Amino acid sequence: MRAFDYAAPKSLKDAIALLSQKGDRARVLSGGTDLIVQVREKRRDLDLMVDVKKIPELLEIRYDATTGLTLGASVACNRIYEHSVVSRIYPGLVDAAFLIGGTQIQNRASLGGNLCNASPAADSIPALIVYRAVSVIAGPKGERELPVEQFCVAPGRNALQIGELLVAFRIPPPPPRFGANYLRFIPRNEMDIAVVGCGASLSLESDLKTVASARVSLGAVAPTPLLVEEAAAALSRREFSTEAVGKAAEAAQAAARPISDMRGTADYRRHLVGVLTRRALLKAFERAQEAANVR
Amino acid sequence: MSDKVIVRATINGEPAEFLCEPRQSLLEVLRDELKLTGTKEGCNNGNCGACNVIFNGLLVNSCIVLAVEADGGTVETIEGVMRAEGLHPLQTAFLENAALQCGICTPGFIISAKALLDHKPKATEAEIRHWCAGNLCRCTGYDKIVRAVLDAETRLEAK
Repeated sequence: MRAFDYAAPKSLKDAIALLSQKGDRARVLSGGTDLIVQVREKRRDLDLMVDVKKIPELLEIRYDATTGLTLGASVACNRIYEHSVVSRIYPGLVDAAFLIGGTQIQNRASLGGNLCNASPAADSIPALIVYRAVSVIAGPKGERELPVEQFCVAPGRNALQIGELLVAFRIPPPPPRFGANYLRFIPRNEMDIAVVGCGASLSLESDLKTVASARVSLGAVAPTPLLVEEAAAALSRREFSTEAVGKAAEAAQAAARPISDMRGTADYRRHLVGVLTRRALLKAFERAQEAANVR
Repeated sequence: MSDKVIVRATINGEPAEFLCEPRQSLLEVLRDELKLTGTKEGCNNGNCGACNVIFNGLLVNSCIVLAVEADGGTVETIEGVMRAEGLHPLQTAFLENAALQCGICTPGFIISAKALLDHKPKATEAEIRHWCAGNLCRCTGYDKIVRAVLDAETRLEAK
């Protein structure tokens, strides 16, 4: 690998100073499962890696029933699914965290890294979007927030400006009678990149039939992960039914802009969008009903 | 351009100190500087698991960990698996079940299986297969490896 410098600052302030000073010649190192491979394969050129895993805010997991979950950007996937509160309250995040790479990758890779890498096929991004997660960004001008669905701007490119880093996600507490699910299609059981990924969430009215609000998000069918408002509109304020789910799936298919590549043709991907949207919505509905029964 | 850095870590229970460049992976340092060549280089991009070590208690691919990240940490490699009284039950089980052919993936598989059994001594076949999805073997077809891990569970319980 080409030579570079390494720094492991212990505070956000020091990290921002380093990133500001080196500009686009510096890159944040979190789990390294994408970054180290990119540098080794000469797909990314840099002079400095800023390891952020010694900064407490990046490793924090804090849940509060009124404010929701604060999830540090560098928290590795294994800490998400091994966390009793997070795995109980945010099972849709666990769906994604448990299928990113194998065990070895999950012990290092973080949702913050997955988002910053901005792959169109990133597994955790649709899951974060359907939970209405907001990214917390720190930089030379202070802190700002950006909804996760606005964070990726093109394949491999994100909304961070020079000197900025992703610190954490703020994820609202699920409303009553809420369920979410993430599904991915790959032609084998493990260890592959999504042909299509789909996140879905919904909350139910107290009759446990009427959908109060919904979200559908797609991966690997556009340059960035998509939030499909039209699919949510097909469900909201209607009774949850096969017809409504079918309409939402059609809306998702219409919003998808897939390409053909080694993993599948555009037509195949569009077909999968319909299948996965229906299945993810059904699972989200099931979880919403379970949540109602627990309360 | 970048200076060498002093890294102090605990490797297989012993304090270790080495000089490395930030660009060197933990795998490179283990093999080339510390001469712990039991850990293998396979794909060198985080897919195959041949370079697996247990880093700060967690199974990782050492090819995608920087050696400088190990400062202050603990690393367990295949060289640390054998016990004073002889082979680890996983090693015996791999031998007796013929769970290897060319052997390149074997250290990674044994470390991976050890990381599993250390926290889940009675993992099911499905759990073993899921856990080891990040370990690739091109010789055995996996069946003998899975049987060896199940056999090791029995041996460990008998101890």
